[in-house]
Amino acid sequence: MMAVVTVVIARQRNLFAVVILFGIYSFLMATVLVALDAVDVAMTEAAVGAGISTILFLSALHLGKGIEMKPLHRPFLPLVVALATGAALAYGTLGLPAFSDSEAPIHQHVAKRYVEEGARETGVPNIVTAVLASYRGYDTLGEVTVVFTAGIGVIALLRRVRGRRRGGKP
Amino acid sequence: MTAIANHFSYWATLFIAIAGLYIVIARGNLVKKLVGLAIFQTSVYLLYIAPGKLIGGTAPIIADKFAVYSNPLPHVLILTAIVVGVATLALGLAIVVRIKEAYGTIEEDEILAQEQPALQQTADNKM
Repeated sequence: MMAVVTVVIARQRNLFAVVILFGIYSFLMATVLVALDAVDVAMTEAAVGAGISTILFLSALHLGKGIEMKPLHRPFLPLVVALATGAALAYGTLGLPAFSDSEAPIHQHVAKRYVEEGARETGVPNIVTAVLASYRGYDTLGEVTVVFTAGIGVIALLRRVRGRRRGGKP
Repeated sequence: MTAIANHFSYWATLFIAIAGLYIVIARGNLVKKLVGLAIFQTSVYLLYIAPGKLIGGTAPIIADKFAVYSNPLPHVLILTAIVVGVATLALGLAIVVRIKEAYGTIEEDEILAQEQPALQQTADNKM
């Protein structure tokens, strides 16, 4: 189902439809994440991916025209590039551990300790929260810095537009 | 046959990544390009989360009834990635709005067509 939505997004030229389809896609992705036991991530994806991103896209579309131009050149070259990249990556996956392999390196190192000791050390039963706020608190601080910088960037970009418009009028 | 079952999650991820990459390269519309980038990004979420899953495990919230949990570390990393992703998306859309103000279009080809005469003029002036 996600594959179908993705292909339709690629083919659709009405940008409004593309944005709404992207919202549907985000909800489907959230469902997949629930199936993969990542409930916190799924919640964030549903709220941020399907909610805030859609609102951002819609407010940007408000300013432009809603129809994409017909592409001028043939889509063969991009398709070949994308498929070649995909083939190389698919070859690479053959060396990766199998799905749900509990002996895989990802389950052996620090994650094991988080699950075994995290609840006792931090007092938070939800390990994702414990790691996010306690063990890797500096990461979260850095994340907030990035969001803050992006916010400043958006304000700087959009304020200049308004200022120039006001100055341009007699 | 088992190889297919074992690696299906990676290949589903790859399909999404390829679709996103194709949209980014092939489409000239800047908003469409940003949608493509967002799709590519979700493929990275899957790439991180899928190996953390253990069949028979539950979400990593400690309770006495359960002994097997999925790996919490990728979940944390991807939570950060989603939030940073939406921040960069907002920045990208702001830049698109500025481009629209400056050129009156968000199509790459039209922007290039507007740029081309200007570039040629500067080249002529230099000569």
